[in-house]
Amino acid sequence: MRQTGPYNEKVMDHFRNPRNAGELENPSGIGTAGNPVCGDIMEISIRIEDEVIKDIRFRTFGCGAAIATSSMVTELVKNKTIDEALAVSNRAVAEALGGLPPVKMHCSVLAEEALRSAIDDFRRRQGKP
Amino acid sequence: MNMKPIYLDHAATTPTAPEVVQAMLPYLEGTYGNASSLHSFGREAKTAVETARGRIASFMNARPEEIVFTSGGTESDNFIIKGIALSRKDRGNHIITSSIEHHAVLETCGFLRKQGFSVSFLPVDSNGLVNPDDVKKAITNKTILITVMHGNNEIGTIEPVAEIGSIAREHGVAFHTDAVQTFGHVPIDVDELKVDCLSASAHKLHGPKGVGLAYIRTGTKITPLLHGGDQEKRRRASTLNVPGIVGFGRAVDLAGTEMHAESSRQSALRDRLMEGLLAEINDTRINGHPIRRLPNNANLSFAFVEGEGLLLSLDMEGIAVSTGSACTSSSLEPSHVLSAIGVPVELAHGSLRFTLGRDTTREDIERVLRVMPGIVHRLRAMSPLARKGAIS
Repeated sequence: MRQTGPYNEKVMDHFRNPRNAGELENPSGIGTAGNPVCGDIMEISIRIEDEVIKDIRFRTFGCGAAIATSSMVTELVKNKTIDEALAVSNRAVAEALGGLPPVKMHCSVLAEEALRSAIDDFRRRQGKP
Repeated sequence: MNMKPIYLDHAATTPTAPEVVQAMLPYLEGTYGNASSLHSFGREAKTAVETARGRIASFMNARPEEIVFTSGGTESDNFIIKGIALSRKDRGNHIITSSIEHHAVLETCGFLRKQGFSVSFLPVDSNGLVNPDDVKKAITNKTILITVMHGNNEIGTIEPVAEIGSIAREHGVAFHTDAVQTFGHVPIDVDELKVDCLSASAHKLHGPKGVGLAYIRTGTKITPLLHGGDQEKRRRASTLNVPGIVGFGRAVDLAGTEMHAESSRQSALRDRLMEGLLAEINDTRINGHPIRRLPNNANLSFAFVEGEGLLLSLDMEGIAVSTGSACTSSSLEPSHVLSAIGVPVELAHGSLRFTLGRDTTREDIERVLRVMPGIVHRLRAMSPLARKGAIS
């Protein structure tokens, strides 16, 4: 694949044209991962109906890989059940992007964590009376 | 899109000037002698080297025998700092430097620390200036070397080298400055700067890569880094890089002719760039000294976004810049220079360095100003840090 800087064309496509960027109004759950001091923070909001992720949005402060992994994880889990979404690993996100430079693999970890955090938030809200 | 690429990363390296290439070609082709050989081939090479040495020496008000050619700025820094430390280790083990030096200086000092030397890393103010009084206070009877850079490679601040040099002299301490970013861009006179040693590199002033110099003032004892032959008066063994040195000499000639005009032309364009970005993009700050700065350097932080995203977006527009942070390599630690001047960490992550050059035009700067607001806006729209309503 053609390289642009450290990234392949698929990563650059998701950086240039991120899928599902933004935030949902009245989400079923919202989660974040990372922190601005480290230079990466991801926020994922989800709308869940009957255990299915019907809609999902992300907002990311971070490098090109952070934006691309956020975009990819939203694409991978949209319209999936929660259980299916939880089975998506950071490695699967990186592979779906055609690979990431080794120093950027932590971005895919953040994407997985942000998604799990959003699902946890949904579960917490469900548990409330 | 078929736009002319715009290179705004001249602090990383500059395009080799055509005149430099022309000057080097004969020494890559027919004139291949080893400058140490006694026969005519060697003498021809030697003459070319000594002509370049003489021109470069006079450009910085040094004597030709005070110039040692090296492989570049990093080697010069290593040679001088280690060489002075070793030659003076019987007199003391303390080195003073600043916290915003290039890694070639910081890592060398760190290495010496592991070898038993002690190193003081002086703080800088919010503009990146070292306070000469701090230097004076840091000197002990064990201090053998002070090394403070001339112009900072990230934020462009020009340090009070001459004042620090006076202090070093009063205390009999050797003084080195890394002038890699200033050499050929601002006037350098080793007597006015009161330096004992200085590092410079050819490729930062349109010369070739792989050649630099270490200025060693007459009477300054220094232990070599490279042992072997008798080249460079036994201060640096290795066959002389004749084409490189000839190219360096030609680059210095060009700098001597153009430096003053280019300095004012580039600083005017640089000011237009900084003012334009500040005016067009909210939540933006300029890093580095407002006046005492390299004529070609602009360093800005754009809140709520990360530098690499900016860099990639500009690259897609054919505009080459550098991040002020180390994010491209490890993504975690922001620039030590921006941290030292007190830029908050999350803001430091959103920093870009634009460095202009001889080839930069007014139209180049206007194009950057046209595309940059949209790029920042797009990334901020995606950023969870962006405050609602804070963005134009």
